[in-house]
Amino acid sequence: MNITDSILKREEKAIFSLRNLYEQYGYKKYKMSKFEEYDLYLENKSFLPSQQVITFTDLSGKLMALKPDVTLSIAKNASSNPSETEKLYYNENVYRTPHGSNEYREIMQVGLECLGDVDLYTQCEVILLACKSLQKLSDESLVVVSHLGFVSGLLESCGLSRSLEEKILKCIGHKNAHEIIRLCETSNVSEEICDSLVALTSLYGDFSETLVRAEELIRNEKMRDALEQLRELAGVLSGEPECSCMKLDFSVLNDLSYYNGLIFQGFIGGVPTAILSGGRYDNLMEKLGKKTKAIGFAVYADQLERSNQELDRFDVDVLLLYEANSDVSKLTAAVKMLTANGTRVRIQKTKSDRLRYRQLLRLSDGGLEILETND
Amino acid sequence: MKQMIKVALPKGRLGESVYRLFDEIGYGCPEILENSRKLIFENEEKGICYFWVKPSDAAIYVEHGAADVGIAGLDILLEQEPDVYELLDLGFGRCKMVVAGKKGALSETGRTLRVATKFPNIAKKYYTEQSREIEIIKLNGSIELAPIVQLSDVIVDIVETGKTLKENKLEVFEEITAISARFIVNKASFRFKTQQIEEMCERLRARISEGKQV
Repeated sequence: MNITDSILKREEKAIFSLRNLYEQYGYKKYKMSKFEEYDLYLENKSFLPSQQVITFTDLSGKLMALKPDVTLSIAKNASSNPSETEKLYYNENVYRTPHGSNEYREIMQVGLECLGDVDLYTQCEVILLACKSLQKLSDESLVVVSHLGFVSGLLESCGLSRSLEEKILKCIGHKNAHEIIRLCETSNVSEEICDSLVALTSLYGDFSETLVRAEELIRNEKMRDALEQLRELAGVLSGEPECSCMKLDFSVLNDLSYYNGLIFQGFIGGVPTAILSGGRYDNLMEKLGKKTKAIGFAVYADQLERSNQELDRFDVDVLLLYEANSDVSKLTAAVKMLTANGTRVRIQKTKSDRLRYRQLLRLSDGGLEILETND
Repeated sequence: MKQMIKVALPKGRLGESVYRLFDEIGYGCPEILENSRKLIFENEEKGICYFWVKPSDAAIYVEHGAADVGIAGLDILLEQEPDVYELLDLGFGRCKMVVAGKKGALSETGRTLRVATKFPNIAKKYYTEQSREIEIIKLNGSIELAPIVQLSDVIVDIVETGKTLKENKLEVFEEITAISARFIVNKASFRFKTQQIEEMCERLRARISEGKQV
């Protein structure tokens, strides 16, 4: 019997298979400390998915934080030499408050980062790995790709005020066309601009077909560049069977001050939110004073627990009862025999209601006696 | 097999008119109108499944994927800010989110304003933008009572006709936003059931614009 099949839970198995995948592509494991100086998060607050951070004072009086995020720490410690490429992966717990919750939660993340010289090949590799990662987790998976250059290019061409831009971005993220129309009307934005913004909310679907539709919205060089990059990517990845689950959707967004270029999210059947999230974050590197480029993604492995429909019906295969005067050496021999073929055996004197067993056995003078079978 | 679309309908008048709308565009499920204690209503042939939820919970069901789509008032969406797609303004269930109180209650600007409301996040956001110091008193119902018995200076609440306010000698001071029912969709469901949800959305959109012309 294979140990990994019998004992490990789905999410535990998933983590091993992801690690195996990233190792195959030459990514190096990066083990991190659980703590980081709080300053790092203070300076980059909006990079974090949730603003709350668990803090404490260390022995020298410095304000520390329990990591709410891994990428920032990796980016901070990365080399600033743009010709040197680092490929790293991690498997860490982070501490943050999930959307809509009032409490901190420990969240298991597996992810990878590629820092340094990020070219077309690197981007293709990272997206391919994102697709492959999801396929290891579920039979039903989707990776949705967008390019922030396209969205920010469009916004720049519109010349909207900062606060209106923020509201519009929020609407794009919610595919909320009616609110965009209302905002444009109340702020006297021209109909032409309004139409382009509305069109953006419905720009999603099959990769190549959506690219064609996106073409009509081009208003400047930045948008043209973005589409060109997406087209190159599609050109390379269209041949990969793993990437057939790739879709394009310009409503996928992330903070524009940290992210730029490609961004993507991954979904699997049975999980109601994105289980994978990633993208290009050259802007973050620049903020950290580095001339390097970077791309990466994280898989929220704790979400897998939710989609686990097949619950284990039994805690043990065999519950073996014995009595105070039972022969201990016979008992030991019986356990040895039962465990030899991989059966999970629990030995105790009395039954307990909370332990679910497949078979109830008793050791008596005549040997093992089956009292009950639950199959 | 056709994938089922699960719809969270808000209990009450709004939900009933939403169901009628769904029925008109071909998502009928007759047993929902029978007076029974059932919680879930399915019409396999049409690929649809309905359940009634407390109106303020509709967005929660959708965000967590228990329902693929749902109907929620803009008040709930502004208060809870769920991470969902808001694809349509259904245009009914219209009302307003307002600040109201006894005559002259707002003119006293020299002290902390006490605000009673069912919508603490909306109230907080509204007054933060005005940099006004407020104290929020979270209530679960009968909000109009608060200023009358001096529990608060003003209330932030939804008003449909304004009749209750008038009868109690309260007046509307400011309008925060107009409210109506919205068609919301879970982000993952949208990905995996794109075609069905889009079709549903299209039929709704067509029916609503027809309704407007009449």
